[in-house]
Amino acid sequence: MSAETADRVRSTRDTYLICAVAWALPGAGHLWLRRRQKGLVFLVTLPLMFLFGLWLEGRLFPFELTQPLVALAAFADIGLGVPYFLAKAMGAGAGRVIAQTFEYGNAFLIVSGLLNMLVVLDAFDVAQGRK
Amino acid sequence: MTTHFGVMVVFALFVSVVFATLMRDDPADQLRLGIRLFGGLVGGGVLAGWLLYPLPF
Repeated sequence: MSAETADRVRSTRDTYLICAVAWALPGAGHLWLRRRQKGLVFLVTLPLMFLFGLWLEGRLFPFELTQPLVALAAFADIGLGVPYFLAKAMGAGAGRVIAQTFEYGNAFLIVSGLLNMLVVLDAFDVAQGRK
Repeated sequence: MTTHFGVMVVFALFVSVVFATLMRDDPADQLRLGIRLFGGLVGGGVLAGWLLYPLPF
């Protein structure tokens, strides 16, 4: 892994651009910063976890501000970026409440989004030269 | 795969892979931490299951 090459401090504009890319496509921020091994692991693992959540019939929650917990779940779901919007556009993630695996599917979908938020923060730190 | 235990194992696998990759830079360190996290998550789940087993609800 050529981590040393990514260690120079980036401009503020670049840093936020890297964060946006890292959010939109899991692992893309690390790939941009030449942390190839980490980037590839995130690129494969997080969308796979998201797909697993859809397969388990989890639900992609809507933003309903009248129901704070649902809104928080929706915020976590959207943390995965483009795969979330692709799934929404394809009509996936309707969720089947009576499915035995419904809650497990929700956990996979929500946690994949939250993990990608951590990945974005890590990309931010790397871009700032902190790691 | 869709048993309670199977899903828990897959979940633990995903979470431990991502956390180990995030928290360590060296692949050998990542593997070590990943195995520890995976064992802790699965072991903790099984332990919590047995501790909750006697509860009537």
